[in-house]
Amino acid sequence: MRLNGWLGVAAVALTVGGTALAETVKIGVVLPFSGANADLGHQVDKAFDLYVKLHAKDIEPNKIEIIKRDEGPPTGAQAKTVATELITNDKVQILTGFVFSPSAIALAPVVTQAKVPMIIANAGTAWITNLSPYIARLSFSMWHHGYPMGAYAFNKIGCKTAALAYTDFPPGKDSTEAFKTGFEKAGGKVTESIPMGSPVQVPDFTPFFQRIKDAKPDCMYVFIPSGAHATGVTKAYGELGMRKAGVKLIGPMDLIPDNKLQDMGDAAIGTVVMGNYAVDLDNADNKAFNKAWHEAYGKDSYPDFMSAAGWDTMHAIFDAIKKLNGKVEDGSKVIDVMKGWTGNGPRGQVSIDAATRDVVQDEHAMEVIRKPDGKLGIKVLGTTKAVKDECKELKVGRCGS
Amino acid sequence: MAASDTIGGTPRQRATDYLLRRHRFRMAEALPWLIAIAVFFIFPTRMTFGSQVLVMVMFALSLDLILGYAGIVTLGHAAFFGVGAYTVGLAAARLDWTEPISGLFAAAIAAGLVGFVTGWFLLRYRGLTLLMLTLATAILLQETGNLRSDISGGYDGLPGLTFKPLLGVFDYDLYGHTNYLYALTVLAIIFFFVRRIVYSPFGQALTGIRENVRRMHAIGSPVHRRLVTVYTIAAAIAGVAGALFTQTNAYVTLTVFDFDNSAKVMVMLILGGTGRLYGAFVGAAVYMVLEDYFSKLSPTFWQFGIGLMLVLAVLFTPRGILGLFERIGDYLAERKRS
Repeated sequence: MRLNGWLGVAAVALTVGGTALAETVKIGVVLPFSGANADLGHQVDKAFDLYVKLHAKDIEPNKIEIIKRDEGPPTGAQAKTVATELITNDKVQILTGFVFSPSAIALAPVVTQAKVPMIIANAGTAWITNLSPYIARLSFSMWHHGYPMGAYAFNKIGCKTAALAYTDFPPGKDSTEAFKTGFEKAGGKVTESIPMGSPVQVPDFTPFFQRIKDAKPDCMYVFIPSGAHATGVTKAYGELGMRKAGVKLIGPMDLIPDNKLQDMGDAAIGTVVMGNYAVDLDNADNKAFNKAWHEAYGKDSYPDFMSAAGWDTMHAIFDAIKKLNGKVEDGSKVIDVMKGWTGNGPRGQVSIDAATRDVVQDEHAMEVIRKPDGKLGIKVLGTTKAVKDECKELKVGRCGS
Repeated sequence: MAASDTIGGTPRQRATDYLLRRHRFRMAEALPWLIAIAVFFIFPTRMTFGSQVLVMVMFALSLDLILGYAGIVTLGHAAFFGVGAYTVGLAAARLDWTEPISGLFAAAIAAGLVGFVTGWFLLRYRGLTLLMLTLATAILLQETGNLRSDISGGYDGLPGLTFKPLLGVFDYDLYGHTNYLYALTVLAIIFFFVRRIVYSPFGQALTGIRENVRRMHAIGSPVHRRLVTVYTIAAAIAGVAGALFTQTNAYVTLTVFDFDNSAKVMVMLILGGTGRLYGAFVGAAVYMVLEDYFSKLSPTFWQFGIGLMLVLAVLFTPRGILGLFERIGDYLAERKRS
């Protein structure tokens, strides 16, 4: 539980020195703080708070004021209303947060009109950054994980044929489309593609997986929303004995969320996922990040890929404020200094592609293993450096416009 | 009633007098409209939110017509809101039909048609059966949209919709001023239409059906036809509300069909008071303003505030906020008399 900052309007930055020329930059944070998705919002928010706490001195003598608002359910409407009012009523100069793609999509015309930069910390629909020149993204698109997994699965894991199974909503369709594109390009063959219901409830995966087991592909690429779905997938996969039957389980990293991994048991071992972050990732920044996180939020609280992206998002915003010396009134200047930004964070080196304003980052193929201490963990099998959003490179569907 | 027994001639004459008397415009009825206009001048930076409130008022008003007056219990009213929302959304995105006012008419016709067809089948049922079937209708429409997300845009929605300036003159500003006045005007027109309906003989027949459906059958009232008619009208109005929702947001996703949307509008209406026209105004405004206020106060725990308010409302104002005022009014009148 966060005790600090539960008052919605929280001035986070501390003033030190207080010279006459200091500017106060107003940042609007829009994240889901209530309802079923509050967890997601808090994972990002904790990273924001942590970064601000540790780095407020970097932008001295300028300071920031953060105004937090609830993003609400993924309808787009509430997020659009609160974010528009952050601009018109509270006069924020930078907007950030945004867990759900519909929120970012709905808001795109508003930020264009208002010329306020919107720095996305999660929302993953690939074509969002095309919607406005004032949008930059530090998280990922579904293509970042899915596309490189296609080639990796064919070349390294030995999948000649693969079945796709996905939860029937936009990220699911995007992710499987990305994998299919990469996989077929490498020479693989997709045998079938199975939608598995809406993200609202966790279905019984057994009938879907039984169908795949009978068809005997080499691999099965599964996309589900991270969380309770993931446990269900591993359970059904284990009970059907699919690994013994020769069907390997692969997917994006949503398949093995860090906070569910320990409950998954032996069935999860051997699963290979593609992703941009794991707590076990071996780099100096990540170790420091984890240490700071545990000091701030206790030893049982873990950051995840959303927190890592949240950290990098605030990092990029702070660097922009520093570079402009707090003068952020002109939104296009903020976006301009962010183009081509490069920084080191928990995910290693990340940068913002100057052409697309989307993130460029390393992607790791990770296998679930039993660690020497008996707990489940991951081992990095291989790394693809500086992965761009292939959807925009290849101009697939809406990404091309 | 004692008065009407002595004055007036035939029963027909008396009934007409009664209806006309109820239909007369009272001074207090100007109040919500004056408040709505005052809000425009007092909170010029909050019009985006204001427009959303007006849209929900209209949506709640359409539900009042069927729930409050005809006694049709439904959990699928979002279906019509969604059909209206997608009519203007798809027309703008796929057919390049971006004239807003004709869009409202198209939405009303499309939603009304869906209301007519589903109402024709479903209104043979009452109570829980009807509840489940209306819920299923909304879900079916949502899933159809998801199945053809190449057309509907799925849960990612139809982005970047642009509409022609209102009447070819007024363009949409960042502050939402145009949208607010637009929504307010449409709401006023719809409201006076609804007001006419409920004070007409047709409206009386609906109240009769709500109070005692067997008796209405017994006196030869065409119950099913009346219900289907009002259901169609309510669907068309909900469609207009949905269309305004899409136009003011310039965006629509499949979540407009959500169960949440149906349930929330019902909660708002019950909070304000059913079967009394202005219940929709009070309920939607109170609910949304408190939601906005609490969520600013505490982005994390605000739902507790809303929950507490609802519990208190159920305990102390079983007939809604307006019902509470009515009770206070009755009490004061009683004291005066004695």
